Amino acid sequence: MTKPSARIGVYICHCGTNIAGTINVAALREFAATLPGVIVARDYKYMCSDPGQELIKADIAQHGLERVVVAACSPHLHEHTFRTACEEAGLNPYLCHMVNIREHDSWVHSGEAATAKARDLLRAAVQRVAWNRPLERRSIPIRQSVLVVGGGIAGIHAALTLANAGKKVYLVEREPTIGGHMAMFDKTFPTLDCAACILTPKMTAVKDHPNITLWTYSEVIGVEGFVGDFKVRVRRKPRYVIEDLCVGCLECIEACVYKQPKFYDEFNQGLGKRKPIYIPFPQAVPQVVVIDPETCIEFKSGKCKKTCLEACGERQAIDFGQQETIETIEVGAIILATGYKAFDASRIPYYGYGVYPNVYTALEVERLINAAGPTGGELVLRDGRKPRSVGIVHCVGSRDEHTNRWCSRVCCMYSLKLAHLVKERTGAEVYNFYIDMRTPGKAFEEFYNRVAEEGVHFIRGKVADVYPAETDGRLILRAEDTLLGQVRKIPVDMVILATGLEPQADATEVRRLFNISCSSEGWFLERHPKLAPVNTFTDGIFLAGCCQGPKDIPDTVAQAGAAAAEAMQLLDTGSIELEPNTAYVLEEVCSGCKTCVGLCPYNAISFLPEKNVAQVNEALCKGCGTCVAACPSASIRQHLFEDEQIFEEVVGVLA
Amino acid sequence: MPEATAPVGQNQTAAFEPKIVAFFCNWCTYLAADLAGTSRLRYAPNVRVVRVMCSGRVDPQFVLEAFAQGADGVLIGGCHPNDCHYQEGNYKALRRYHLLRRMLEQMGVEPERFRLEWISASEGERLRQVVNEMVEQVRALGPFRKSEQFEPAEEAVAR
Amino acid sequence: MKPKLAFYWCASCGGCEEAVVDLAEKVLDVVAAVDIVFWPVALDFKRTDVEAMPDGSIAAAFINGAIRTSEQEEMAKLLRRKARIVVAFGACAQTGGVPGLANLYDRESLLRAVYSESPSTLNPEGTRPAPHYATNGAALELPVFWDRVRALGQVIPVDYSIPGCPPTPKLLADAVAALLTGSLPERGAVLAPDKALCEECPRRESKPDKLAITRFRRPHETLIETDRCLLAQGLLCLGPATRAGCEARCIQGNMPCTGCFGATSRVRDFGAKALSSIASLTGSNDEAEIIRILENIPDPVGTFYRYSLPAAPLPGKRPNRAGK
Ligand SMILES: Cc1cc2nc3c(=O)[nH]c(=O)nc-3n(C[C@H](O)[C@H](O)[C@H](O)COP(=O)(O)OP(=O)(O)OC[C@H]3O[C@@H](n4cnc5c(N)ncnc54)[C@H](O)[C@@H]3O)c2cc1C
Ligand code: SF4
Ligand code: SF4
Ligand code: SF4
Ligand code: SF4
Ligand code: FES
Repeated sequence: MTKPSARIGVYICHCGTNIAGTINVAALREFAATLPGVIVARDYKYMCSDPGQELIKADIAQHGLERVVVAACSPHLHEHTFRTACEEAGLNPYLCHMVNIREHDSWVHSGEAATAKARDLLRAAVQRVAWNRPLERRSIPIRQSVLVVGGGIAGIHAALTLANAGKKVYLVEREPTIGGHMAMFDKTFPTLDCAACILTPKMTAVKDHPNITLWTYSEVIGVEGFVGDFKVRVRRKPRYVIEDLCVGCLECIEACVYKQPKFYDEFNQGLGKRKPIYIPFPQAVPQVVVIDPETCIEFKSGKCKKTCLEACGERQAIDFGQQETIETIEVGAIILATGYKAFDASRIPYYGYGVYPNVYTALEVERLINAAGPTGGELVLRDGRKPRSVGIVHCVGSRDEHTNRWCSRVCCMYSLKLAHLVKERTGAEVYNFYIDMRTPGKAFEEFYNRVAEEGVHFIRGKVADVYPAETDGRLILRAEDTLLGQVRKIPVDMVILATGLEPQADATEVRRLFNISCSSEGWFLERHPKLAPVNTFTDGIFLAGCCQGPKDIPDTVAQAGAAAAEAMQLLDTGSIELEPNTAYVLEEVCSGCKTCVGLCPYNAISFLPEKNVAQVNEALCKGCGTCVAACPSASIRQHLFEDEQIFEEVVGVLA
Repeated sequence: MPEATAPVGQNQTAAFEPKIVAFFCNWCTYLAADLAGTSRLRYAPNVRVVRVMCSGRVDPQFVLEAFAQGADGVLIGGCHPNDCHYQEGNYKALRRYHLLRRMLEQMGVEPERFRLEWISASEGERLRQVVNEMVEQVRALGPFRKSEQFEPAEEAVAR
Repeated sequence: MKPKLAFYWCASCGGCEEAVVDLAEKVLDVVAAVDIVFWPVALDFKRTDVEAMPDGSIAAAFINGAIRTSEQEEMAKLLRRKARIVVAFGACAQTGGVPGLANLYDRESLLRAVYSESPSTLNPEGTRPAPHYATNGAALELPVFWDRVRALGQVIPVDYSIPGCPPTPKLLADAVAALLTGSLPERGAVLAPDKALCEECPRRESKPDKLAITRFRRPHETLIETDRCLLAQGLLCLGPATRAGCEARCIQGNMPCTGCFGATSRVRDFGAKALSSIASLTGSNDEAEIIRILENIPDPVGTFYRYSLPAAPLPGKRPNRAGK
């Protein structure tokens, strides 16, 4: 391509003495005036001030400037300012280029070397800006609906917030009921509210809300598109019960040919049993039963009497032939609230989980003390005895380089909660083994003091071993008490392992599906830890709850509200503007080699077999330029970062 | 006058100031250099930064062109692994870097002259260290001279 | 009057001359339409004959081969004076070609290798060619062997190039036809399509949309499937980076493209660009793994600059640290 010629104006900022105190701005201006294409070169005290901007605007009008170069601070600070000034003067904003002679020069160098560097950078900019071309900011409309993935307390709260604000919400939950982990708890720290009392109304509200479409037992299987216009495919697994026809009378469960429940009950962590046709827990939402084909006789042999079907009778809600369906929806924003998974305690063999029946995980105990749990809220051992002494081991799987390095943030607090509840229900002696007691939330320390006053014993030390006593079969917890400086062995009837929080097992697949990033541990990555904590690097996708990192319910709810607000803000803008530094294919010369196709992290490039060329979806492209650097025949290019522009800069700084 | 005063001319020939072309990604290393500025961290003035959106935009053609135009060293700066603003651009840069590095070695370019560094937006201090270190190393190597090339007759018309 | 053509060869293997001969029956049409005034391979004209011609009297000179010796340079300059159009014919003339890889060594090491060190050399006296040699009263002049290989365009201005190692007879026939009909494109053009080879590759449909190569193979290391994209088989096919126009001959011979047609007009530096595209396809994000996978490309310069080192931004090995 032949080098374009353009009428260029150069503006050198003093930034008070920030620049002019170091760089010889007069000499720089004289130098600029000698560069090819430069029609005017000026220096001024504060270019970003109104009179500074007016200088540029006046010159554009008077000298017919076609390009503007501003040598001042970092483009991250004032690129927008000067682009806008140009735009106001009728010059396309992308014909303006900034040179960073403050952060990159006057603030870090001194003497003639600083001025020499400024000359090189300025020369490069003048050469490159000649290649700049007018570009359009593109704006696309935003769909007025939001997808929320995961129906734990995070997803529930976000969905309700949005729905109450009048937005259409799709809530997709993969289990047969919403509620997530919180639905399993009896009480919640530090206030000891009854979890069901505060959660169940919200769950019902979700079901009843006219703006919410709730799809349980469903999973997202495909996401296409981009902010403002995502196309999402959702697989609705068959529950063999027609949701609209089931009234939740549960007569079918009663009528099942299995008179007694006999199968592993997931919701109760296997501590209880269920039938092949069941409802996860009494307050489940929706109040619709589900049939497990793995255990149902009809599915296994086709020879069941189908007493459930009889019981359902006219309602005709049971449908053994139900098939999965795929729904496709279009939404403007997505909130991910897929939560966490509890650490698998059997990964630490010396705690004996799965070996000694009286070693429990905290989640199991949550179910045992839940009034709606398998024991009706009675804390009893597997043999039906009430424990007289209980040991609670903190930090199981957390803060340990062999398992997870992070602190799971909630275990100290829920261990205190469990200590209190155990003592309250059984009067047992309770021993909490902790490494550090972490109670940094509102009213948390007070809760700790309260539990301590109730007579719970605290032993500062990591439990090294759990093993049965030879005499009475009780379990002995061995730990070095670091406050006493001695090893202690405490026999108990029951051991509770305070397992930590981990990313969901499928976090990586989910992350890929939604094209967002994970931290190296697998937690979904927020855009900025402080200033954009619920945004992701993918525009239009937000995070809420424990999928982003361990946290308690108050923080989860706060974050869910924030995510809903961000989504709402996005929807309410109505349309979004896209930066124009996107890639584009020169179709007439692209050879269809496909090198670029697989390199785009956003799947923005597709291959068109009919034309044998690649094509960039400009709305998906974020403008990284990776494909451009890779195209072996230079047939894909990038606006604002064209090869010529970069070559000119290279040549320019070295001339 | 003290005897120690060295003849001026001699000193000047000894002071070779290398020129280093740097390609910094917009989101990490360029911001690290901004931070070095706001923190007033002084460092060697030998680096000329060319801003690209991502280290993945750095075409090896730019690197060779820089050397051909007289750069004494080339530095590419990007976000740490996992941190690229565009998810994976830095891995693409890494892939190209390793093959290019070996090719440049075959052409007799000392490894110290060509570096890829991950410098995050919060690492102004590290930026300073990397630049200073590289400038020193390249200074010790002396000017980059490309192989003796016959002057092309007029402009090289065809490629 | 029929237009006059000249053909000449410099540092080349003779393959380009074959390409001219391969015009087969077409060669006769060409011969009928033009007047070949100089073609050392086939016709008995002497340098003095050319020197005697008026400047600008030849319509077009097709010069193949790179420039390595003083004689080649003199002949190139002579033909430039005599011809109105000079065509760099073939990869060596266009960008230096395979002989250009010698720029990875200096002259002394080349001479040492050839006249003393190579296993097949038998030269106890250490005789080397000397530019001036007197024997039996006669003085012999040999061309000077320059220190570097250059492309033709680095010695004289070149009007057009026809790429290839060697070019196809079709490209030559087309060029001559364009010359005769006055339909040559703008000066400086490369007389071949400006798209890359994948476009005309018979295997292109088998190329997957997303390639991630975890093992680069050299042709002798694998049984090459005859109907699947070679790059997809891990063979270093430079087709994506290389101009089309060769009719995918190597691919049809079940061999990967090595890039003899050079880059498209939009690429400045074939080697760097080809390297970039291939390296980008490395199927790992793990640094150690990346290094391991790329080690299967043992000779990057020889791979990516096989035909274009002298025309590259870094046109050869640099003088070492200590200087020359
Ligand atoms: C033993 C224990 C006790 C605790 N006690 C307390 C307490 O007393 N007080 C307190 O404040 N905090 C407590 N916590 C922490 C509390 O559990 C969390 O803060 C809270 O549950 C986080 O809610 P969430 O919605 O982010 O995640 P979750 O509750 O994990 O909900 C996630 C939901 O998403 C669904 N899902 C996951 N992946 C997908 C997918 N791909 N597609 C569709 N749906 C999906 C899941 O099925 C689930 O319903 C405790 C934690 C534990 C382990
Ligand atoms: S434009 Fe930047 S450098 Fe100039 S006065 Fe404003 S802040 Fe300072
Ligand atoms: S510039 Fe980056 S985001 Fe855009 S199409 Fe290319 S690889 Fe994808
Ligand atoms: S890499 Fe270039 S030539 Fe190949 S398909 Fe993409 S745009 Fe076309
Ligand atoms: S990479 Fe090679 S084999 Fe594959 S389609 Fe391109 S030219 Fe053909
Ligand atoms: S944005 Fe920094 S390396 Fe990609």
